[in-house]
Amino acid sequence: MRTLKLLLGIVVSGLLILSSCKENDQKENSSTAEIPVSREMIAELTAPPNVPTPVGRRKAKKLIVNMEILEEEGELTDGVKYVYWTFGGSVPGSFIRTRVGDEVEFTLSNHPDNKLPHNIDLHAVTGPGGGAESSFVAPGHEKTFSFKTLNPGLYVYHCATAPVGMHIANGMYGLILVEPEGGLPQVDKEYYIMQGDFYTKGKNGERGLQPFDMQKAVDENADYVVFNGSVGALTGDNAITAKVGETVRLYVGNGGPNLVSSFHVIGEIFDKVHVEGGDLVNENVQTTLIPAGGAAIVEFRVDVPGTFILVDHSIFRAFNKGALGMLKVEGEEEKKIYSGEIREGIYLPEGPGIQNMPTTDEIVESEIPAKSFEEQMEFGKQIYMQTCFACHQAEGQGIPNAFPPLAKSDYLNADVDRAIGVVINGLSGEITVNGEKYNSVMTKQMISSDDVANVLTYVYNSWGNSKKVVTKKMVDDVKKK
Amino acid sequence: MLCLGVQSLMFGQTKDMVLIEGSRYIPLYGRDSTVVEVKDFKMDIYPVSTENYKQFLKDNPKWRKSKIVSLFADKSYLSNWKTDLEPNDSIHPNSPVNYVSWFAAKAYCECQNKRLPTIDEWEYVAMADETTKDARVKPSYNAQILAWYEAPRTKESRIGETPKNAWGIYDLHGLVWEWTLDFNSVLITGESRKDVDKDSNLFCGSAAVNATDLMNYAAFMRYAIRGSLKAKYSMKNLGFRCVQDIKKENK
Repeated sequence: MRTLKLLLGIVVSGLLILSSCKENDQKENSSTAEIPVSREMIAELTAPPNVPTPVGRRKAKKLIVNMEILEEEGELTDGVKYVYWTFGGSVPGSFIRTRVGDEVEFTLSNHPDNKLPHNIDLHAVTGPGGGAESSFVAPGHEKTFSFKTLNPGLYVYHCATAPVGMHIANGMYGLILVEPEGGLPQVDKEYYIMQGDFYTKGKNGERGLQPFDMQKAVDENADYVVFNGSVGALTGDNAITAKVGETVRLYVGNGGPNLVSSFHVIGEIFDKVHVEGGDLVNENVQTTLIPAGGAAIVEFRVDVPGTFILVDHSIFRAFNKGALGMLKVEGEEEKKIYSGEIREGIYLPEGPGIQNMPTTDEIVESEIPAKSFEEQMEFGKQIYMQTCFACHQAEGQGIPNAFPPLAKSDYLNADVDRAIGVVINGLSGEITVNGEKYNSVMTKQMISSDDVANVLTYVYNSWGNSKKVVTKKMVDDVKKK
Repeated sequence: MLCLGVQSLMFGQTKDMVLIEGSRYIPLYGRDSTVVEVKDFKMDIYPVSTENYKQFLKDNPKWRKSKIVSLFADKSYLSNWKTDLEPNDSIHPNSPVNYVSWFAAKAYCECQNKRLPTIDEWEYVAMADETTKDARVKPSYNAQILAWYEAPRTKESRIGETPKNAWGIYDLHGLVWEWTLDFNSVLITGESRKDVDKDSNLFCGSAAVNATDLMNYAAFMRYAIRGSLKAKYSMKNLGFRCVQDIKKENK
């Protein structure tokens, strides 16, 4: 390419304006453009969070990429179905791994059962539309085009068929990596993570098949912001893993369509970030900004065991809309780096300094015991909103994969004494609630027996539970055991 | 177009058509001037069924899958038919015919003294919902259509099961896409964003700021599917229906 190419796209849907401007250094281009290719090779494509084998030292090749477009129903979160439009059957679409100088022969097949035409715009392509024009394909047909990878980096690809915003909002994006000659430095673990925002007719959590809501998309009012296409795609059993001492490299993209990601791993500092997926490497980064239609490569060594939470640090997205993933690290504790809790005390500015937490016997009894069921409900609700709400949520719905629901909870209703015990003593380890496994920690609650009775009465008499009434005596009996 | 068979003329009766009173309207994309004028015409109440098409094939052997000239249809033409005259067992006679090319659809209509509708005609009738002839301003109108476009693999439905629209026409939305006479005149290049600066009066069917109704996603999608087609293509989700010009008084 010897001239300045300006690819300007104005996208109507959501008034999203995607523009990409490539000014190619003639010298650099002529060098990578002239890398000879030898032999053909069929590209390995992987579904997230996996990535294909590194290119290593292989020479540039003619790389055959066959990608199939599927429109199919999937689960956005527990009980919420969504019709995804996908590259290769996953959201984000299959990861494509190339090296600089490869000649990629790209075949895009649109499944005959699909309703809509699609295409692909790969940001790694130097050419009009990033391939969009050459790959526009009706259902039941396929299109082939080829391009040479000139610039190393991590690039987004996406569908660019009208209405573009809707195609992207339904999941049509993914990443293509162009490794430099000789490959990226070796690391122990590599994963593929891509953020996307979703707009559904019903509110977050509303059950059933949820159609795309274009007004919300235009307003950029996302119901879900998730990693890898669904809430929970990277939590619990789906968490990514590493061992202490390993170096982890994350290929992180952001499909949008609207929101910019403030990508952060709680409890880690990125040793290296390929800013915006390019050559610039920044070191010691806490949070890296990933634009919609952009990507970053982050690397860090994991030094201590535990669960590290991946978030969009626009933090309500993480805890209320789903942009939360987990990296589970196994291995030996490294107390020098992280001690864990050493001591706990109460801070009293006027008092004689640090005191120990009171034992349960010393909890001050509530001054005004509830006199009636109505008062129990009233006081119980107050306690709930102060103490329980943050995790179990306003309607007792909990947070999928993190905090179990209290609404219509089989675990709760099965055993009152156990429930009392959980409030008094806390609970950790795996439990199954309404068929879902949870493995997190509830601390013991330092509240009086009256309060325990009230809050449990409130919980049992709300949200479809068994309407038990818990008394102070029942609580005290459990305490004595 | 030479049509064989007398029967074909007989089942091209107009009792299965309704009169569409022409008017002027603003389509999603303006052409020349933005307002489009549609003359009076008659439109088939239903899309062409598998049974109708079978009759056509009986009368016109050259459109059978074994005989068709490859210029006029790609390999998927009638790929859901087990023989020249027999659709697969899974296909109900009253389901819309699909896997037909534009050439074949055009020939079918012409054999009955009809023709394929233009985009403007088709879109004009398709603006209606059950009660209103131009329902485009109603959010429910758009939402219902989109719901179908979005749903994957709608089962093989029968003709006439969607609600009748205000003109008395069935199945414009919710069954199959339909061929139009000038499907490729509203040009989409495939690079929908570039279409914005296409000179000439060929407007993009995609993402242009010159679209008159930016929220009419359903229409965007129809223009997109049309733009992705070639006349010899045939597809699972694509059928057709015919229209007829109003003859001056006696014929």
